[in-house]
Amino acid sequence: MLSSFPNRQIDWPLRRICTVLLSMSAVCICPGVRAQNTPFFSGGVGFFTDTNGGNTKYSPSIAPVFTAPIGQHLLIESRATAIEVFSPKGDGQGYGHFHFVGPAFAQADYVVNSHITAVGGYFLTPFGTYNERLTPFWISPLADSPLIYGIGTMGSGSGLGGMLRGSAISTPRFSMNYAAYLSSGSTNFRFGSSRSTGGQLNAYFPNAQLEIGASYGRLLETTQTNSIGTHVWWTPTSIPLKIRSEYAHGPHSQGYWVESDYRLSQFNGENSLIGRLEPIFRIQQTFRNSPSSSDGLPAVDAQRVDFGLDYHLPHEVRINTSYARSFASTGDVNIWETALIYRFLFPAWRGK
Amino acid sequence: MKKYWIHISLGVLLLSVIPLASQTNGNSAPQAVDAKKQASKASAQAPDGNQVFLQNCARCHTVPETFSPRIAGTVIRHMRVRAGLSAQDEKALLRFLNP
Repeated sequence: MLSSFPNRQIDWPLRRICTVLLSMSAVCICPGVRAQNTPFFSGGVGFFTDTNGGNTKYSPSIAPVFTAPIGQHLLIESRATAIEVFSPKGDGQGYGHFHFVGPAFAQADYVVNSHITAVGGYFLTPFGTYNERLTPFWISPLADSPLIYGIGTMGSGSGLGGMLRGSAISTPRFSMNYAAYLSSGSTNFRFGSSRSTGGQLNAYFPNAQLEIGASYGRLLETTQTNSIGTHVWWTPTSIPLKIRSEYAHGPHSQGYWVESDYRLSQFNGENSLIGRLEPIFRIQQTFRNSPSSSDGLPAVDAQRVDFGLDYHLPHEVRINTSYARSFASTGDVNIWETALIYRFLFPAWRGK
Repeated sequence: MKKYWIHISLGVLLLSVIPLASQTNGNSAPQAVDAKKQASKASAQAPDGNQVFLQNCARCHTVPETFSPRIAGTVIRHMRVRAGLSAQDEKALLRFLNP
């Protein structure tokens, strides 16, 4: 209709306004790429119980993730955790509680090209697989982190600095990813990190659905130490089975874990009564080579087995239960854990 | 006692592989034919978005029940960084999640 107007009847500002309005309406009518890039909130809310050696702790927790793209190359991401822990004071004096609120990561990712993404800010240390992939409690099938989690993750599990990562090679038969980082030391309570460097290399074979990777980390504080790790994941797409394993060797200790989970969705589909069940099993061992109070591993050689049974309810709700038995020369312990978890994912605002 | 538990654990781990073995043996012939076809097509075709999703995203987490197409681009850029997706995989995934 506007095009039928004689040009001389539309003065310059009006013509400009019409052009802008037409452009905006075109964006609204056409399902463009712009509409898909709405920032989102995701994460989980959970209530956890942990009975370890007869003492029960209760801990409600929320971990929101915010992700926002800016332009065509930049992505802002952050994840925080707020947790309140209620634990027995001992000697029958009731329960005490403490809370923690802090970021797991708050980073900017700049996609340089198809092979390189530059990351800056506070990021998860890329060592092994657990820290980057399984620390979100709405993802991990078991509540407790592996015993070797402290090796290579440089204390807080996060670094403050820069990282380069991306896909080095990608073919239908083989792909390889890499990550290399440099972190400064920070004693800030919420953004704690160690001065360190390291990296990771992962090879994935799509036909076998097999991933093999290696990690390296070097602590650059007053004492300089090396940590190495390797992992093997087998996640066949034809059946709902996952087998994950990891080995890590630090300056004072070493250990491994092997975990398998099998969603029973082959029994009448994943939404059936049985198909919602997911048994999990994990075995792990740690070996103490020399005393250390800072690596987070058991003070003596230890073994632990975990038997879990998760139930996937509708609407992204999950019930986790697990029993673990820990063996060490200091004493064997039973650990019972339950969790009720809700996972959310929604746009930050209404888009077109 | 400790050894007893370790043996039980290893037994459970091995048992968990049995369904996999039975599954793969039962379908070995058709899969072999498909694999040849796929291999011949692979070089000419763009990556399959569903396969990219299963191999990269579902490796760690389950599929969200509901998924707004408004955030598809953001999710994929997030996955590109986290899972190290190639540019081709990113495009295939975008087509799959938001056809």
